[in-house]
Amino acid sequence: MFDKPIKLLLLSIMLLLSGCSDKGPHTHGVYMLLDTSGTYTRELRQAQRVINYSLAQLNPGDTFAVARVDTGSFSEKDIVHKQTFEDRPSMTNQQKREFREKIEVFVRNVQPSKFTDITGGLLQAIEYLNEAGTGKKSIIIFSDLKEELRPGYIRDIPLELNGFRVIALNVTKLRSDNIDPREYMSRLEKWQQRIEEGGGIWKVINDLERLTPMFEG
Amino acid sequence: MQSSIYMIVPNPFLSGLIWFFLVLLVMYFARTPAHFSISAFCRVFRNAMRLTARSVMDGEKRLANRNREVLLAQGREAVERVIEREFDRVDATIRRDLSEYPALHRQLSEEVTLIDEDYKQSMEVPPSPPGWIKAVEAVANIPARDDPMVGSILEDIHQSMIKANTNATEEYRKSSHKRHMYLKDMMPHWRKVLQALGNVDKKVTNLLDRGKIIDRHMEDYENIIKKTDRAVRELSSSSMTQFFISAFVLMIAVGGAVINFNLIARPMSEMVGGSSYIMGFQTSMIAALVIILVEMAMGLFLMESMRITQLFPIIGALNDKLRVKMIWISLTILTTLALVEAGLAFMREIMMQDAAATRAMLRGGEAQVVQSSYLWITTVAQMGMGFILPYALTFVAIPLESFIHSFRTVLGVVFVGLLRGLAWFLRVIGDIAYFMSKLIIHLYDLIIFAPLWIERGLKNRSTENEKPVAGKSSRSKTATSAL
Repeated sequence: MFDKPIKLLLLSIMLLLSGCSDKGPHTHGVYMLLDTSGTYTRELRQAQRVINYSLAQLNPGDTFAVARVDTGSFSEKDIVHKQTFEDRPSMTNQQKREFREKIEVFVRNVQPSKFTDITGGLLQAIEYLNEAGTGKKSIIIFSDLKEELRPGYIRDIPLELNGFRVIALNVTKLRSDNIDPREYMSRLEKWQQRIEEGGGIWKVINDLERLTPMFEG
Repeated sequence: MQSSIYMIVPNPFLSGLIWFFLVLLVMYFARTPAHFSISAFCRVFRNAMRLTARSVMDGEKRLANRNREVLLAQGREAVERVIEREFDRVDATIRRDLSEYPALHRQLSEEVTLIDEDYKQSMEVPPSPPGWIKAVEAVANIPARDDPMVGSILEDIHQSMIKANTNATEEYRKSSHKRHMYLKDMMPHWRKVLQALGNVDKKVTNLLDRGKIIDRHMEDYENIIKKTDRAVRELSSSSMTQFFISAFVLMIAVGGAVINFNLIARPMSEMVGGSSYIMGFQTSMIAALVIILVEMAMGLFLMESMRITQLFPIIGALNDKLRVKMIWISLTILTTLALVEAGLAFMREIMMQDAAATRAMLRGGEAQVVQSSYLWITTVAQMGMGFILPYALTFVAIPLESFIHSFRTVLGVVFVGLLRGLAWFLRVIGDIAYFMSKLIIHLYDLIIFAPLWIERGLKNRSTENEKPVAGKSSRSKTATSAL
């Protein structure tokens, strides 16, 4: 007699709980762009350390993708490896180990590219993280931030970076920067302006021993 | 523009002075109604404060009476429970000990019969004199004593007598020995009787002690029924003590619950996922909390079913069969949850090792986590804690009940104190307002002291004119009063 109401009550409680349950706002999506142009490939071992550090910081449910920046970076083909970690911590650990292996192979076999399409990489990162639907979105650019586009490539596109944090890591000084430091400063300013105009938050971390701010805030 | 309204003459100082004198004049002429208004306003304020204070005190009295009633009701209930338990114990003692009374009586009777028989058999019976003694006496009385024939007969008789005497003595010794043996046999029976009576004495003394305890509780109960101040004082003091003790024990229990929570929260993420959230909290944490709360609820039901606590009268009022069923059900659920917790604690250790291995791998390439041979100790300890803590949390029900009961009293006492403080504060404010009216009146007079002084001078002069004879003395008096 009372079976039906009880079942309905249980069902409504379960629905209520599952309705309350949410994943999006608490998850963190990180997209890391690795500059593979010219001499910067020598820095990739440092990048690997940063990737390992990021893997250690990420939790179940978070999303992590590593992509290379080459001649034309607005492409899924440039994503070295991407992973949304499982809910179960044991599975997450397993996925992290696999991720590390994939990056190890990539760093060992990477070929330097002629051009550096950072904007294309950023557009790809925005698209990917928006699709992933994570609560927090961070784009890490491991580059000297000197963009060199192949003739004909149009990258003068406004970036939609609302809710994004863009962190420039290991922005090395080029030989020309040493001759005229204003070049380095204007490069950084230009990127900061672009990111902030797009609604994003800009941050530069050059000391790779202090990566904690990457995952703060 | 606005300030020009106040400029009576172009000179601001002069304007100010004129205004001052005007205000002074107005104040002088309005002195009596102003005094009256100030005084009336302050009196009204004071009365309002006093009325409010009285109303607060009435509320305080009602609350104090209510507290007293609640305290007495709680005390009566507690003493009734204690007396009931004492009677249960007396009942159990009587059932246990007096049910053995017929057996004890039979044992004592048997022992007494045996002792009686032994006593009868141990009585000394004087040996009967031989029948031929009279014949010997007759022969001994024969006159012809010098006759050798008679001498020989007598000698034979003498020998026979010695022999008979020896036999009789031997016989007597034997019978005495036998009697002594009977007396010796009585010893264990006496001991048994002594032991049985000792047991009876102990049980009766125990019952008497219980009777004294019941008397003491009954005295308390009577005091509570009579609603004496002594009973209220004792109950209040006891309630305060209970409040602090139970709060302390509850704090310890909260510490235990926190440890328990930390033990199972992490492995819970393996079961319910580590990335889902409910109302801003991780689902795994909520699940761990729910498990702990369910354990506490089961512990509460267990204690209620065992009638150790009485937070839910409906459980205490269940029939015994249903109550026992409830005990078993809650105990089974509790044991299951304890086993789940032990399993989760084991899982936690495995997860920690896995996480440590991953971290080490990410940190230093192929580095391996060193496996300690003593690691099993922490694993076993965690599992043990996971299994024991749910049972330990069961006992939270006892301090919780004390805390809830005593909290009502403590809260009542605190509120009574607050109301008293409020009433005192309102009265003080009222009195301050009353005395402020006098101060304001004096300040008012101080501001218009010049017109008042002139008025007083004029009055004195007119008085002097009216009484020229008493001029000197009255002037001096006026001067004194003016001073």
